[in-house]
Amino acid sequence: MTALAGWSDETLLENLERAAFEYFPLNTNPRNGLVADTSRENSPCSIAVVGFAFAAYSVAVARGWIERSDAVRRILAALRFFRDSDQSGSTLATGFKGFYYHFLDMRSGARVWRSELSMVDTALLIAGALTARMYFDAPSPDEAELRELAESLYHRIDWCWAQDRAATIRMGWKPESGFLHYGWEGYTEAVVMYALALGSPTHPIKQDCYQAWTSTYQWENLYGRDFLYAGPLFVHQFSHAWIDFRGIRDRFMREKRFDYFENSRSAVYIQREYARRNPHEFAGYDENGWGLSACEGPTGTVVGASGAAWRGLGYAARGVPYGPDDGTLSVPAVLASLPFAPEIVLPALRNLLARYPEVLSEHRLSTGINPTWADPHGRAWVSPGHYGLDQGIVLMMIENHRNGSIWRRMRACPYLRRGLERAGFGGGWLRRTADEEDR
Amino acid sequence: MPRLSDPHPATPQDDHERKRVAELRPATWANPEPEGRYPLVIVGGGFAGLAAAELAAARGIKVALVERDFLGGTCVNTGCVPSKAIIRTSRLYAEMRDAERYGAQVPTGIRVDFPATMERVRRIRAHLGQPNSVRHLAAAGIDIFFGDARFTGSDSLAIDGSTLRFDKALIATGARPSAPSIPGLAESGYVTNENVFELTQLPRRLLVIGGGPIGCEQAQAFCRLGAHTTIVQIKPLFLEREERDAAQLLSTALARDGVVVRLNTRVVGIRVANGEKLVDLVSDDFHNTIAVDAILAGAGRLANVEGLGLESAGVDYDRERGIRVDDFLRTSNRRIHAAGDVCLEHKYGHTAITSAQMAVRNALFRGRERWSKLVIPWCTFTDPEIAHVGLYVREANRQGIPVKTFTVLMHEVDRAVTDSEEAGFVKIHVREGSDRILGATIVARHAGDMINEITLAMVANIGLSKLAKVVHTYDTQAEAIQKAAKACSLACASVAS
Repeated sequence: MTALAGWSDETLLENLERAAFEYFPLNTNPRNGLVADTSRENSPCSIAVVGFAFAAYSVAVARGWIERSDAVRRILAALRFFRDSDQSGSTLATGFKGFYYHFLDMRSGARVWRSELSMVDTALLIAGALTARMYFDAPSPDEAELRELAESLYHRIDWCWAQDRAATIRMGWKPESGFLHYGWEGYTEAVVMYALALGSPTHPIKQDCYQAWTSTYQWENLYGRDFLYAGPLFVHQFSHAWIDFRGIRDRFMREKRFDYFENSRSAVYIQREYARRNPHEFAGYDENGWGLSACEGPTGTVVGASGAAWRGLGYAARGVPYGPDDGTLSVPAVLASLPFAPEIVLPALRNLLARYPEVLSEHRLSTGINPTWADPHGRAWVSPGHYGLDQGIVLMMIENHRNGSIWRRMRACPYLRRGLERAGFGGGWLRRTADEEDR
Repeated sequence: MPRLSDPHPATPQDDHERKRVAELRPATWANPEPEGRYPLVIVGGGFAGLAAAELAAARGIKVALVERDFLGGTCVNTGCVPSKAIIRTSRLYAEMRDAERYGAQVPTGIRVDFPATMERVRRIRAHLGQPNSVRHLAAAGIDIFFGDARFTGSDSLAIDGSTLRFDKALIATGARPSAPSIPGLAESGYVTNENVFELTQLPRRLLVIGGGPIGCEQAQAFCRLGAHTTIVQIKPLFLEREERDAAQLLSTALARDGVVVRLNTRVVGIRVANGEKLVDLVSDDFHNTIAVDAILAGAGRLANVEGLGLESAGVDYDRERGIRVDDFLRTSNRRIHAAGDVCLEHKYGHTAITSAQMAVRNALFRGRERWSKLVIPWCTFTDPEIAHVGLYVREANRQGIPVKTFTVLMHEVDRAVTDSEEAGFVKIHVREGSDRILGATIVARHAGDMINEITLAMVANIGLSKLAKVVHTYDTQAEAIQKAAKACSLACASVAS
C-alpha cells in the first residue's frame, strides 16, 4: 500500500486497469470462452461478464497487454459457443429467442441455479460483442468471422417477444413459470438494452416502449441537486460503459436541460453527501468513504454505533438515499465513477485503499467491504475473491476516463446509433456525426 | 382461540365488551314505530352513516338510521380504532427491545401480555364507541332501527316487517374483508382484519396473506408482539399503489422487525396436518411449504351490496366495485345517494365521513359538490407511516404533466435525528417550473399527521414556495416540509433570475 500511495494517478489507474483485465484470462474456460461470475471455486459463468470480457480484450490489445490473435481466439471461442448453443429454452438449455440464461455452467454452458433468461444481461453480452466487432476490423478470416458472429447473435435476439405485450421490456423469463412479474420501472442501467432493442435490424421494439419506460422516471431535487433518481451506483455506470452520453439527450433529458452523463455526476456527488451525513452512523462513511452499489456484503447481525442492530444483506443492490444500506461499500463502484467526477473519485479511491489495504488482492479490488462488521482486530469485513462485473466495469470506465476509446468506438456502431436515435436521442456527437455524413 | 374462519368469533365478554354492546347494539332495544315518510333514511350505521345522520339531524331533518350489527361500523368496532390500539402497544414493545438506540437499558424479562393488549383494545373500542351510542343518537332525534334492511321500491324499504318510506336515502353499508380464493384456506381456518382483534392468544407463527396497507400494518404489529410472522405478497413490492421508494423503506422496516418478507410469492394451497397449517408457496419457479398456527387473510375489501334489494330500488352496482355513483355521489336512483366504502375506491374512515356529509348536502340542501374536486390524503399506519396526497409521479407522467419532486430525507431533520426516527422522507411533487403542489408522499414516524399540512396547502391553493415563509416550530419533524419548500423557493428564484 505504501507503494500505491506514492504512485501518480496515471500509474495507479494503469495498474488497477491492467489487474482488472487479468481477471478475464484467469477465469475463462478456453474451450468455450465462458467467463466465471467470480474467481471463487465452482463459480458459474455470468453472461454479462462475458460481454465485459469482449470489451476488455479490445482494450488489452490496444494497450499491448495481449496479442491481437490471442484476443481474437478467445473471443471467437465464446461467440462460436453462443452461436451453437442450445436455444430451445428448456430448463437446461443455454438460451431462448436469442437471449441467454443469466448463469451458465462453465463447462457445458447449460443453465444453472435455475436462473432466469436475462434481458439486460444478454444486452450487456451483446454490447460487448459489438464492441469487439467495432475494434477488430482487420480483413483476416478470424476477425471477419468475429464480426459476422457478433452481428448474427445480435440479429437473432427477439426483443419484441421480450416485451410480452406489456408497455416495457420484461426483466426475465423462466421455462418453469414464464415471464417474471415485473418490468423495468424507474431509471436503471437498461438504457443500453433499450438502445439495442430499438436499433435491432431484425426484431426492433416500437419507440413507445422506450417512452413508456422513461415515463416511470423520478426527477428529484435531493440534497439541493436535481437528479434522475436511481439508488445504486452501478445503475449510473453500466450503460455509460458503452455509450458516451455527454451532450446527447432524449426527450426526458431535453425537457430537463440535462444529460445522463451529468446525471451520473450528480449521483456521485449525492453518494458522497449521503456518506458525509452518514444517517445510520456506519463505520468508514465520510466524504472520502462512500460507494453504495450492487456488491457482496456480510450476513448476520451487528450492532452499529447508533445502537441499532443491522442485518447484513449478503449480495444486494444497495442504494442512496432510500437504501437498502447495511454499511457495505463497493470500492469498484467508486472507481467506476471516475469519468463523471474524477476530482472526488480519486481522493476517495486513495483514501479507501489506504484505510482498507485488504480490499486489494492480486492487485484487484474486492467487490465489497464493511468496516462496521470489523473483526476483533478492527479490520473491515472484506468480500473474498473478485467479481467479474466489477473488473469489467472498472476496466471500461478507467479506459473511458483515460482516452474515451470505447465511447469513440461505439459511437460508430450503426446499431447503437440507430437505437439511440429511435429512442429520441439527439444533439452532441449524434448530430455532429449526422452532419459529417451529410457532407 | 376462536374458530378462525368463523365470521363472528367469540369476543371475551368482559366489562368493556358489555359496555360496547350496551352502547352500540343494546340487546333490549326495540325499534321505534316508523314515521309516515322520512326526509332521509340511512342504511348503515358506520362512520359514513353516523356522520350523515348527525349532520342531517343537526339541520333539523328527521332521520331514520338502519344498522344490522353494531353502530360505529368497521372503524370503531373492527377497523381503524382497534388496529391503532394494537399498533401502539406493539410499537411500545419494539421500542423496549430497541431501548439501547435511545441510550436506555433494555428492560429485563420483556414478556408480551397478549390478553392485556387485547383487553386494552376492547377498552378503547368501547370508550371511543360512546359518541356513536344509541343513547346519543336517539337524543339527537334520530330513529334507530336494528335489523336487515331491504329496498322494496324506489322510495321504500322493509325492516323486520316494517316499511320505511323516504324522500331521500343514503346507502352506507360499508365493505367487508374479501378472502382470496386459495384451495384449503376456508377449510384450514383463518382470521381477517375484522376478527383478528378477537384473538385472545397470540399465535406462535402467523402468516399474513397480502402486502397492502392492512396486511403490512398487521404483520408488523403481530411480529412486534412476538408472533413469528411471514408476509406473502404476490407483487414484487409492498403497497403497489405507493411510490416504490416508500415501499422499499417499508420492506426494510419489516425485515428489521423480523418479519419474513416473501415478495413475488403466491399461496397456492393450504392444508392442516398435526395441528399445523401447512402453506404451499410459489415464487416464480421456487416452491416451498411453511408451517404456521394462524393465517390472516382477506386484506382486500368487498363492498356490502348483497341482500339490500338494490334491484328493486333501481340502484346499479357491481359486486367487485360496489354501488355506482356519479361525481355527486348519486346512484342510478335519483332519490338515493351512497357514501363510504360501499361506493368509494379509497376506503378509509375520513373518506367515509367526508363523502357522507357531501352526499347529505347534495341530496337535501341543493349542494352541487363534486367528489372528484376533493383532495384526499391517506396513510398506512406502519412504522414508519406512509402517507400520500394528490398525484403520484407516475400519474402525472401519464397525464403529461411535467413534474419535479423536492425530497428531504428525515435524517436531514434535527427532530427526527434526536428521536432516532431518521428512516423516511418528505417528497413534494410540483408542476415543473412552478411551485404548484401536485401531490406528496411522506414516510416518517408521524407521516399521517404531517401530510395534513400539504393537504391544506393544496386545498387552499398555496404554492410550495409560500410554505417556506411559514414559521415552523423548531424542533419538529414537520420542518422537513419547510426544508422542501425552501428548496423549491430557491429553484423558483433561480428560474426567475
